[in-house]
Amino acid sequence: MRNVGAHGHPAWWAFVAHRISGLLLAIFLPLHFWALGTALSGAAALDAFLHFAEQPVVKFAQWCLVVLLVVHLTGGVRLLLVEFRPWSGLRKDWIAGTLGMAAMIGLVYALALIV
Amino acid sequence: MNEPLYAAIWRGKTNGSFSTYEVPRHESQTVLDVVTYVQRHLDPTLAYRFACRVGMCGSCAMSVNGTPRWTCRTHVAKVVRGNTVRIAPLAHLPIIRDLVTDMREFFDKWTRAKGDFVGTRTRRDDFARVAPNSPERTAADAGVECIGCGVCYAACDVVGWRADFLGPAALNRAWTLVNDARDVGGRIRLRAVAGDAGCHACHTQGSCTQWCPKQLAPTAAIAGLKRATAKAAVRGEL
Repeated sequence: MRNVGAHGHPAWWAFVAHRISGLLLAIFLPLHFWALGTALSGAAALDAFLHFAEQPVVKFAQWCLVVLLVVHLTGGVRLLLVEFRPWSGLRKDWIAGTLGMAAMIGLVYALALIV
Repeated sequence: MNEPLYAAIWRGKTNGSFSTYEVPRHESQTVLDVVTYVQRHLDPTLAYRFACRVGMCGSCAMSVNGTPRWTCRTHVAKVVRGNTVRIAPLAHLPIIRDLVTDMREFFDKWTRAKGDFVGTRTRRDDFARVAPNSPERTAADAGVECIGCGVCYAACDVVGWRADFLGPAALNRAWTLVNDARDVGGRIRLRAVAGDAGCHACHTQGSCTQWCPKQLAPTAAIAGLKRATAKAAVRGEL
């Protein structure tokens, strides 16, 4: 890799974060619809799933999903700004904003889960 | 400054390897100075390119510690790790020998992106009058200082992923011409850059803008082309 040193700047990491969060959210979506789909088999099936979702490890996975969603959402807004506004530069302020939003929403959600 | 510098320099073609040379350190020494010292004093068979030595000609770009840089304006002090600097030919271009790459494909892509100016005036016509602060003139100005060094092309992951991607420099050139009020090749040019290998293949990683030694922003130029091609497609003009 003769250009490995070209990586590792904020905009490149923003690309990596956007790609990984997008892939993980895409994997999550079918599971999400399957979980909702259990309601079609009656209240008992959904309740059984909701009971399963009370486990700490599932709660943690839930927290990860919320953070991934914030990263993908605010990162996506940055991409839209870069692509649709006649601005130069890489909008690194929005990369910082994405991290800030993810940290903030992550902490708020963690608090909501704990309390 | 009394410590020697160890320059690991790529020798050979694609299947080559790094050879390490001991070079005396100097104040304000550039990476090009190091390469030149090796060729003049240690091994005259070392092949590399340079011309102006002052950041105008765009011929001395190399991979320095894995990052594409213009070597004539890159101080050793800025990039040295410990007392070693690793110098290789630019990525994404075939190696001819040592630090010299074959840049034909890079420049052919400028042609493929319709990077040549198409005018209608002759020498008997008056000068075109372009308002210096019009948005089009400002956009063209922003990209016109490209020296064709290939740093952006070597930095771009997408160029590595798909060989036919036109790359940041060619697309940046196309964008300056899209904004040139005198140019009449617009529709053919937009068609040339709208394909799979054109502006829409860009993933907005921004490595071109990050490493451009002239501080140009090909990412912004490519975004401009994305907007222009989308608009033309909606209007049925593509």
